[in-house]
Amino acid sequence: MTTRMFGAPVHRTEDPRLVTGNGRYLDDLGHDALAAAFVRSPYAHARITDIDVSEAIDVEGVVAIYTYEDLDGKTAERLPLLIPHPTLTNPMTGYALAPELVNHVGEPVAMVVATDRYVAEDACERIRVEYEQLPVVVGIEAARSGEALVHEEAPGNVAAHMVQEVGDTAAAIAAAPHRLTLALEIERSACMPMEGKGVYARWDSDEQSLRIYSSTQTSTGVRAAVAAKLGMPLAKVECIAPDVGGGFGVKIMHPWPEEVLVPWAARRLDADVKWVEDRREHFISSAHERGQLQDVEVGFDDEGRVLGLSVKLWHDNGAYTPYGIIVPIITSTQLLGPYKPGAYKCEFWSLFTNTVIVTPYRGAGRPQGVYAMERTMDAIADYLGKDRADVRSTNFIQPEEMPYDHGLLFQDGRPLMYDSGDFPASLAKLKELVGWDDFAAYRAEAEAAGRRVGLGIGCYVEGTGVGPYEGGHIQIETTGRVNVSTGLTSQGQGHQTVFAQIVAEELGVRMEDVHVTTGDTRRFQYAVGTFASRAAVMSGNAIALAARNVREKALRIAGEALEADPGDLEIVDGIVRVKGDPEAQVALSTIAVLSNPLRYAFDESAKAATQFAGTPDMDKPPVADDEEPGLEGKDFYSPPRATFANGMHAAIVETDPQTAEITILRYCVIHDCGRMINPMIVEGQVHGGVAQGVGGALYERMAYDEAGQLLNASFMDFLMPYASEVPHVETDHLETPSPLNPLGIKGAGEAGCIPVTAVIASAIEDAEGFPITSMPISPTELWDLRHRHAAGELPGLRRGSRTTTTAPTA
Amino acid sequence: MTDTTSTVEQQLEITLRVNGVARTATAPARRLLSDFLRHDLRLTGTHVGCEHGVCGACTVLVDGQPMRSCLMFAVTAQDHEITTVEGLAPDAEQMSPVQQAFTECHGLQCGFCTPGFLTTITAYLQENPDPTEAEARECISGNLCRCTGYQNIVKSVLRAAEITHEREAGA
Ligand code: FES
Ligand code: FES
Repeated sequence: MTTRMFGAPVHRTEDPRLVTGNGRYLDDLGHDALAAAFVRSPYAHARITDIDVSEAIDVEGVVAIYTYEDLDGKTAERLPLLIPHPTLTNPMTGYALAPELVNHVGEPVAMVVATDRYVAEDACERIRVEYEQLPVVVGIEAARSGEALVHEEAPGNVAAHMVQEVGDTAAAIAAAPHRLTLALEIERSACMPMEGKGVYARWDSDEQSLRIYSSTQTSTGVRAAVAAKLGMPLAKVECIAPDVGGGFGVKIMHPWPEEVLVPWAARRLDADVKWVEDRREHFISSAHERGQLQDVEVGFDDEGRVLGLSVKLWHDNGAYTPYGIIVPIITSTQLLGPYKPGAYKCEFWSLFTNTVIVTPYRGAGRPQGVYAMERTMDAIADYLGKDRADVRSTNFIQPEEMPYDHGLLFQDGRPLMYDSGDFPASLAKLKELVGWDDFAAYRAEAEAAGRRVGLGIGCYVEGTGVGPYEGGHIQIETTGRVNVSTGLTSQGQGHQTVFAQIVAEELGVRMEDVHVTTGDTRRFQYAVGTFASRAAVMSGNAIALAARNVREKALRIAGEALEADPGDLEIVDGIVRVKGDPEAQVALSTIAVLSNPLRYAFDESAKAATQFAGTPDMDKPPVADDEEPGLEGKDFYSPPRATFANGMHAAIVETDPQTAEITILRYCVIHDCGRMINPMIVEGQVHGGVAQGVGGALYERMAYDEAGQLLNASFMDFLMPYASEVPHVETDHLETPSPLNPLGIKGAGEAGCIPVTAVIASAIEDAEGFPITSMPISPTELWDLRHRHAAGELPGLRRGSRTTTTAPTA
Repeated sequence: MTDTTSTVEQQLEITLRVNGVARTATAPARRLLSDFLRHDLRLTGTHVGCEHGVCGACTVLVDGQPMRSCLMFAVTAQDHEITTVEGLAPDAEQMSPVQQAFTECHGLQCGFCTPGFLTTITAYLQENPDPTEAEARECISGNLCRCTGYQNIVKSVLRAAEITHEREAGA
């Protein structure tokens, strides 16, 4: 018996290639392609009055310069609104090149194509654009005031207004024994993959066809969008996502202006054209996320049970809404976490500002929702003088209540219904891991030594594996090589490995024989994309179903060859054999030959197959009516609704009494994503997620000034954590299989980052003794809060048992 | 302002020893070493994440010392000995200890930052063959990775030291 592959911490098959410099990322392709560069708006809101390219056009090496005037057909129209939603009453999208108005710094205004990127940038410098500046809206407060408008068409800067309610929230809150209100704030951050975006297009004038390589999270999406924009038949457009250096959401947005313009220019110039984003471009023209203001009103009883919860959200969607309002919808639904409030109402406004667009970033609206809910749980515990973990468990949905229907609509337009999970068990594990019950003693010890420490907690539920579908295709070659393909893409999540594990397990073949292709529309044309922790759930299950189809076909053919009942056969290491009779066997490679009756003895497998070529029934065709030649199988997986993973984190932080420096001493994670395909990869996803969460909680923010200039658009100024800032993460897992899919799995990609901001806020608050309501928080801000607290401007927490003195010592 | 639009850039013939082999290509004086390696010599293993010296993805060894190739002009590397990620493995059959450690410890996800970590760690372990966990963390703290959270990279540094010793003992 071979070792089980599903569930094993198998080393990644993609790694040997990547560690030896043999990866092929976007900029590693197309050495001889022409290079594109863009002139981008230096103003956040302005009218373009003139563009003069005369000084640029004769720079040696410049091939073409394009402005809006040059665009034709649909390329001159607005970019698509990808996810229209009925509450999106004032949707707005940008253009590939701005025709008249620019609405954020970084918006593309002109495109240069040259023999070399250096030259293209030289030419960009020489293009003179004249602007008439318009009033700028930066920040949610300014947007909400509606004094200046980003778009004339959107009064009050409101793109969307949405309300969802279960029960009579106002009445429930009014009738509750206790009430609290909270005003919370969370800043913008961004995905910041180490590889920026990039597009490389090859036009084939003989075939009148286009091949696009894009560092995208959805090659089928880019393909369809470009075909539509360029007015080409889908059959003449191919899109391939090569190795992609991280995505985290920003590469699911499509088409980016460059994804339209680069192929368009390639066709027009009949030449290969490539554009590779530089870091500054990424900061000012690729999407951000997270920025929200939140007002919470909660009514609860003496135990801390929530009886009514009313939340108002103001979401900063930036200058345009091409990706719809997925982010605030997710916030408003996933805010509920593992809890069941008696009545719940969420109302949000998605607002335009003159800043770069907001689209999903790892966690996609969930970190904000969890922040609102967990700050509320902490506030209730503090108000009642109760243990924070106890208040949470009082509100938990119980395992026997699963599946649990919240009565709300989720991001996919389907019911927000949890499929499985055991929250009390998770909490018990977390308390054990972090030493919850011993913390008071630890704190006392630390205080005696003049140190200030705090413990924080945060729980979340994450809808993963959202539909509509993904597919898988498997074909076994006559050499025994198993080709697997799925349409969704990879950006470093180890799909090549986990999908191979699934196939090895389902089919009974060796991992070495399995070769996985992702995100290549030449190999699989139907797909959605990699986002919302959906890859393993969607493509994993589709590939498993496809493998089962191939297996069934293989056993059927083997049964004929071996004159055995397919039910008596098993496949081990690529050999089909009769159970209990190791002599009677036939290799899958041979079955691959048998499956295709138009054969020549071109190799060893084919020769071997001839011995099984019995006398067929002369009345039947060589390929039966409902059969196809070839040993291959395909299937799709389309779930009725999302599956819900969950987890709980706790952290211990230390805050320096003098400098207010914040150090994370311990970080503990309990994670439940159902059955794990590869625990090593799941752990890796959790580590990476926590690191991004820590960045969002303590360091990362988008420092826009009033004029809409991003002041920290470099790695020098945008503080992404290094190894020195990220804590060691201690993990433990719970596996509550999902009843929704054949493999019982749930997504794991985003979990790590979701509760971190809430957890760190909780821990700092616990250390300091006054509420933390705005995140991220820097030492300077904490220092200011201490002073405000000492001056009586900021009330302290109510906990009676505290001994920490919070007065600044300096 | 003088009109320089028609000026053709002066091309220089630049020769470097890369991964033990003398390589020559023609490029203008302003060509960054990172671009020269990637596009003129077509050694695309060295990656560019920021082009302003902060992320470390472009780190190569110049005469054995880790340097950010995006902060150097190719011409200044003339006659120097450059090692890129393509040159770390002793031969086609075997990975270097650091490369092997990364594959064993899940030290990479997307792999984009990885070449810079591999070169940095390779140089570090020459100086300090037995790092503690804290030193391992310190050694990588000048390179950015957005995927891994660094934990498994720290583990990889320690494992690479072990593999080096194992190989020395076995040799
Ligand atoms: S690319 Fe050279 S340090 Fe970032
Ligand atoms: S592995 Fe992706 S950036 Fe490090």
